[in-house]
Amino acid sequence: MELWFSEFHAPDVKHSIRINKHLYSQQSDYQRIDIFDTPEFGRVLALDGNVQLTERDEFIYDEMITHVPMAVHPSIKDVLVIGAGDGGVVKELARYERIERIDLVEMDPEVIKACRAYLPENASRLDDRRVHIYYDNALRFIRRCSEQYDLIIVDSTDPFGPSEGYFTREFYGICYNALREDGIMVNQQGSPFYQHDAEAMQRSHQRIVHTFPISRVYQAHIPTYAAGYWTFGFASKKYHPVDDLDAEGWNRLNLQTKYYTTRLHVGAFCLPAFLEKLLKEVEG
Amino acid sequence: MNDLPVLLDQNRAPIYEALQTFRQMRVVPFDVPGHKHGRGNPEMTAFLGEKCVTIDVNSMKPLDNLCHPVSVIKEAEELAADAFGAAHAFLMVGGTTSSVQTMVLTTCKRGDKIILPRNVHRSVINALVLCGAVPVYVNPEVDDRLGISLGMRRDQVFKAIRENPEAVAVLVNNPTYYGICSDLKAIVRMAHDAGMFCLADEAHGTHFYFGAGMPTSAMEAGADMAAVSMHKSGGSLTQSSFLLTGPQMNPGHVRQIINLTQTTSGSYLLMSSLDISRRMLALRGREIFAKVTTMADYAREEVNAIGGYYAFGKELVNGDSIFDFDPTKLSIHTRDIGLAGIEVYDILRDEYDIQIEFGDIGNILAYLSIGDRTQELERLVSALAEIRRRYQRDGSGLLDTEYLDPEVVATPQEAFYAPKKSLPLDETEGCVCSEFVMCYPPGIPILAPGERITRDILDYIKFAKEKGCSMTGPEDPDILRLNVLA
Repeated sequence: MELWFSEFHAPDVKHSIRINKHLYSQQSDYQRIDIFDTPEFGRVLALDGNVQLTERDEFIYDEMITHVPMAVHPSIKDVLVIGAGDGGVVKELARYERIERIDLVEMDPEVIKACRAYLPENASRLDDRRVHIYYDNALRFIRRCSEQYDLIIVDSTDPFGPSEGYFTREFYGICYNALREDGIMVNQQGSPFYQHDAEAMQRSHQRIVHTFPISRVYQAHIPTYAAGYWTFGFASKKYHPVDDLDAEGWNRLNLQTKYYTTRLHVGAFCLPAFLEKLLKEVEG
Repeated sequence: MNDLPVLLDQNRAPIYEALQTFRQMRVVPFDVPGHKHGRGNPEMTAFLGEKCVTIDVNSMKPLDNLCHPVSVIKEAEELAADAFGAAHAFLMVGGTTSSVQTMVLTTCKRGDKIILPRNVHRSVINALVLCGAVPVYVNPEVDDRLGISLGMRRDQVFKAIRENPEAVAVLVNNPTYYGICSDLKAIVRMAHDAGMFCLADEAHGTHFYFGAGMPTSAMEAGADMAAVSMHKSGGSLTQSSFLLTGPQMNPGHVRQIINLTQTTSGSYLLMSSLDISRRMLALRGREIFAKVTTMADYAREEVNAIGGYYAFGKELVNGDSIFDFDPTKLSIHTRDIGLAGIEVYDILRDEYDIQIEFGDIGNILAYLSIGDRTQELERLVSALAEIRRRYQRDGSGLLDTEYLDPEVVATPQEAFYAPKKSLPLDETEGCVCSEFVMCYPPGIPILAPGERITRDILDYIKFAKEKGCSMTGPEDPDILRLNVLA
C-alpha cells in the first residue's frame, strides 16, 4: 500500500512524503493538526496541511532561530517565544543557563497537547521551571508588555492562516515596545523562492525595517520547507547580527549543535543576489 | 391585507430556490443580459465566477418581476415582512438611498413640511430636492466631549410638532452612524397624535430586528416606514436594502412611488442576497448578533485599556438625546491622543493595512459585523496601541464641535434649481449655498442646498480638508469654489 502526504509548495509544485502511519488528526478551534510517522523524516507535524517540523530536520530551524541571537546579545535573561507549541525552540533555549525566564505564548493548546503526546523529544523542555506557557493571542499578550524582554522569537506558521497577524506592522511595533533598549526580535520569515512566498517575505521585511533600527535577513537550508530554502529576520535595537557576534563567548559555552556554528552564523547573512535585490526593493 | 398564514416558514428562500431551479433547467437565453450566462464576456466571468454570472438574469415568469411582484419576489417580500415584523416589505436594489427616498416621496409633496434631525444622511435631503418638501430641522444635541450629534430630545420634537402642525412627517435616525438612538416609541406617539407619519432611517439598524438586547426597531415602535440597510449589518450584497412599512401604509401606492425611480432590471444577485440573508437572520440572527455584541464589548474594553482613546458605549445613555446605544458599534474618540479621527483612519489604512468605516474630526468608527473574527480585532486594537505610542501629541489645536446649526433660507429644491453663481470658498460667507458639502463617509451634510454659509462653517470645511477628510458634494471637486444663489 502506498500512502503519501502531499503539500503544495506553490500552486504548481507539490512536495510529497511517504507515510507509514497517520498517528493523530484533529481540528482545533484554530487549525487542523496532523502528526504522521514517515520512513524518511520520522514523525512529521502538519498544521492545516503545511509541514511545521519533522524529526529529521527540525534541528536546522530550531538552532538557527535560537543560537543566532543568543551568540550576539551577551546578557539575554528574559525571552518571549511566540507560537512554537511543538517545544523545539524552547528545547534549544533551555540549554542556556543565563536565561532566567522563557514565556511561551501559543494560541492553540491542542498543538502543545499533541506534541507532548507524539513528539515527546521535541516537547521535552516545556516543563523546565523557567518556562511559562500562556494560551493567548500573541497580539493581545504582547501589547500589554513594555521593555521587559531581551529576546523575542516569533516561531509562527505561514502568513496566510491563523498567524497572519504575526506578520503585520502592529505586531512588530508591539514587539519593539516589549523589548528592552538592547533587545532583539528574530522571526521566521518564510521562503524567498516561490513568488507568493517571496512577496509575503518582502512585505514583512518592509514592516520590520520601518520598525527597528537594525534589520537583517539570514538564511538556512531546510529540506521539508518550501523550496528547501528558508529565511529568518533579525531585528534589533542595538546589536548588529554580524559585527556584534561574540564567537569566542558562544564557543566557550561548548554547546553541541548539528547545524549552527559561529562560522556559519556569519555566512548565513551573506545572501544570494536575487534575495538581496528583493530586500533592497522594500528597504527604501 | 395581512391575511397571510400566521407563521411563515423562514427556512424558505423563494428567490434563491427559483434561481437554483432555473440553473438546473439550462434555459437557452434569447433575452437580456447580453453576456448570456457569462459566455459573451469571458474576462468578467473569470473574475466574478461562473456561479455568479449564470444567475445574472432578467425578469421572467419563473423568477417574477421586481416592478410588479406576483410570485417568488412577492413570497420573498412576505417572508421578509414576517421576519421584520412589518406589514409589508419591499426588496430594494438601489441601496438604502432608494428606500429613504421612497419614504420621503411617499409621504411628502411639494411644499409639505417634514420634521427631521439635521444629521440625516444626504439621501434624505436629496429626496427633498426631488419632491420640493420643506425641512424643519430639529437640532440634535451635541455631546461636548465627543463632538458628535446625538439623537433628538423628546421636548425638541414636541416643540417642532407644535410649531409646525401642518407638517406631514417626522423622520428619525434609528440609530445614527455612531449608534445613538432617540426615544423612537415616544416620537412615533407624538407624530401619530399630531396626524403625522413617522419614518425611520434604519440604515444602521438591521440587527435591531434580530439581536437580543438591542434598541427598539422602527416596526416594533410603531413607525410607518423604515429604510433598512440589509447590506450593512445584515450581510447581503452592497446596494441591496429593505423598505418596511406599517399597517397604515398602502403597499400598492408605495410600490408606485418605488417604480418612479427604480430600475426595471432589478438584479437577481442583489435580490437573492436579500432573500438568503433574511433567511439567515431569521434563523440565526440572535446568536450572530450576540457574538458581534460580545466582540464589540471586548474591543471597547481593550481599546479603553490602551489609554487615551475612548471607545464609548451604553454608559452614555441619558434617557433622552441618547435614549439607547447600539452595542455592536465600535466608535472611538481619538482627540485625547491629539489626533483627529480622520488622521487615525488614514494611518490605519496607510501603515497598518486596516480599513475602517470612517473617521471624522474627533472619532473613528470600526464596523463590526457577522464576518468578524477575534484575531482581526486583536490587530485593530494593537494597531491603535501602536498609533498612540508613535503619534500621540498635544491635542489642543483640534477643532471641537461637529454640529453647526444651519439657517435654512430656501427649500433644498428651490436652492438647487435657482439661478446661481460660483464663488471662491472664502468669498461665500453670508451667501446661500445651492449645493451640498459633506465628508463622505459619514455623508452627513455640512451644508445643504438652501442654507446660509457662515464663517464657522467655512472654518470647519477648511479644517476638515486640511485633516484629509474626503469631501464631496459640490460641482467643484476640489471644493475651492462653491455655488451660491445669485
